[in-house]
Amino acid sequence: MEKKHSLKNEAPDLSKGTKLLGKWNKNPYYIRRTLGRGATGAVYLADSREGQVALKVGHNSMSITSEVNVLKHFAKVQGQVLGPSLIDADDITIAGRRYPFYVMEFLKGETVFKHLDRHGKEWGPVLIVQLLGDLDRLHRAGWVFGDLKPDNLIVVSPPYRIRWLDVGGTTLQGRAIKEYTEFFDRGYWGLGDRKAEPSYDLFAAAMILMNMIYKRQFDKGRDGQQTLTTHIDRAPELWPYRKWLKKALTGQFSDAQKMKQSLMNIISKEAKPVKRNPSFHQQQQKPQTLKKRGRKRGKTQKSTFGMLDGVLVIAFLLLASALYWVGQLI
Amino acid sequence: MGTGTLKQILLLTDGCSNEGGDPSAIAALAREQQVTVNVIGVLEEGAMNESGQTEIENIALAGGGISQIVYKQQLAQTVQMVTKQAMTQTLQGVVNQELSQILGKEQEWDELPPEKRGEVMEVVDEIGEKVDLEVAILVDSSASMRMKLPTVQEALIDLSLSMASRGGSNRFTLLAFPGKKKDVDVLCEWTKGMDQLDGIFQKITPGGITPTGPALKATLNQFEKLKKRSLISRGEETFFEERSS
Repeated sequence: MEKKHSLKNEAPDLSKGTKLLGKWNKNPYYIRRTLGRGATGAVYLADSREGQVALKVGHNSMSITSEVNVLKHFAKVQGQVLGPSLIDADDITIAGRRYPFYVMEFLKGETVFKHLDRHGKEWGPVLIVQLLGDLDRLHRAGWVFGDLKPDNLIVVSPPYRIRWLDVGGTTLQGRAIKEYTEFFDRGYWGLGDRKAEPSYDLFAAAMILMNMIYKRQFDKGRDGQQTLTTHIDRAPELWPYRKWLKKALTGQFSDAQKMKQSLMNIISKEAKPVKRNPSFHQQQQKPQTLKKRGRKRGKTQKSTFGMLDGVLVIAFLLLASALYWVGQLI
Repeated sequence: MGTGTLKQILLLTDGCSNEGGDPSAIAALAREQQVTVNVIGVLEEGAMNESGQTEIENIALAGGGISQIVYKQQLAQTVQMVTKQAMTQTLQGVVNQELSQILGKEQEWDELPPEKRGEVMEVVDEIGEKVDLEVAILVDSSASMRMKLPTVQEALIDLSLSMASRGGSNRFTLLAFPGKKKDVDVLCEWTKGMDQLDGIFQKITPGGITPTGPALKATLNQFEKLKKRSLISRGEETFFEERSS
C-alpha cells in the first residue's frame, strides 16, 4: 500500500527488548519482534509473565478501544474460542506521549495461501467449512465479522484449523459494516448493501474461495455480477462449487450452517466417483498441484495426478467431513 | 445527549487553490458553525505536491475534520472511511465535553481506565449508528481534476451505499467548483441518496482557476438553505419532520 498520510501520530516503533509497563494494570511486557503493522497500530510479539503474547500498540484510543470491545464480546460467544482471546488492555507512555495498547493470545500459524501451497489446494473448501462453522456461532451471538478476507485469517496447528487473526471489523447485527475490503464486499460488486447481517459474511466467505483460485484479485468491470459469473465458469477448479458459489454470492443462503452443510455435501460427493475408479492407481507420480476437481470432469488430464496422494486426500476429506458431522451431532 | 444531526463538508481536491484567499479561514468559520470540514486529496499515481498537501492538511485542521491523501484507485473506500471517522471524531468531541462537565475538569475520555473507556465507546458507536447526517460534498473540477471525476462519481455512489446501511437518516448535496458563472455550481440539491449520479459531472466545463475558499463558503451556505427549506416544507416531506432546529 502507498504511504498513508494523516494528521494523527503513528504508533511508536518499539525495538527488541523494550520493556513496557502498563499504567493501570502494571503488567510488564518485553518486546521480541514486530509481527505486523496495520491501519490502527503495530502488533508485536512479546513475552509476558504467562508466556508469549501478541501486543498491539495503537495511536488512536477510539479504534483501539473498539477492537478491545470486540475481543471482549468474542470471549462471551459460546463454544470454541473464535478470535484470539484478550489478555490485557492498558496504556503506556513513551517519550511523554500516551499510547493505548492491548494484549492478546499469540496465534502461531501460517497464512491461508501458504497453507494451500504447502498442503494442497484441497484444503481450500475444508478451511471454508471450518470458517462457516465459526461464522455460524458468531452470527447466532448477534454479530457479523465484517472484514472477512484471507489477511484476517490464520491456519493454526495441530490439528490444522482456521482462526481469526484480526477481528477489528466485527459489527453488531443491524448496524452498518465498520470495515471492509472491496474484493470481499458485496456492496462493491453491486450485490447488496453494507448492513451487518449474516449474508454479508457469507458473500465474503464465498469470495475467499474465489480468491484461493484467483490469487490475483480482479476488478468488477462494468457489471459486477456478470464478472463474477464469468470467473466462476472459467475456472475448472470451481466447477463443483459453481452453484454453491452463485447461491452464496446472491445472498440465497439464509445462514452459515446451511451454507456449510451444502459445501460439505459437495466435498463428499466430489470424492466418491474418483474412488470408484481404481485404474488410476497405476498411474505414475508427477510433481503436481493436486487438481482433484479438474480431474473428475476433465478426462484429458488423467496422467497428471499421483493417484495414491489423490486417494489419501479423498480419504482425508471423507474423514474430515465425518468428523464434522460427529461434531455437529454433539 | 440526544441524537441530533451531524454536519460535514467533504472536499475532494488536488489541493492547489489559486483564487479567493485562504480556504483554511473558511474552514475555521465552518467549525464555528458546528460543521466539520474533511478533505480528501486525490492524487495521480506518482504525483506528490508539497504545497497541495499542506493546504489539504491545513483546511482539515482548521475545520476540525480529517484529511487523507489518496491515489485514485483507493478513492471509494477512503471517502466512506473519512466520512465515518469524522463522524466518530465529532461524536467523541461531544462526549469529551459532557465528560468534562460531569467530572468537573479537563478530563478527556481516554484518561479513563480502559474498562470505562470501552463503555463510552459503545455509546459513541451506538449514537454514530443512529445520528442523522448531512454531508455537503464539494468537488474540485478544475482542469487538473478532470480525469479523476468518473472515479469520484463512483466513490460517491459507494458512500451513499455505506451510509444508507446505517440506522440514522442521511442527506447529501453535491457541488462542484469552479462553476460556470459563480464560484460553485450545485450539481445535486439535498437528497437522501446519491444513486442517481450518472453523467452528473459531464455538464461541467473545467476552468483554469481553483477558488477553493469561496467555494467552501458557498457550500457552508447550503446548510442554511437546508434549514430554511425544512422549516417551510415541514409536514410535506416526511423525512424532515423530526428536525428540531
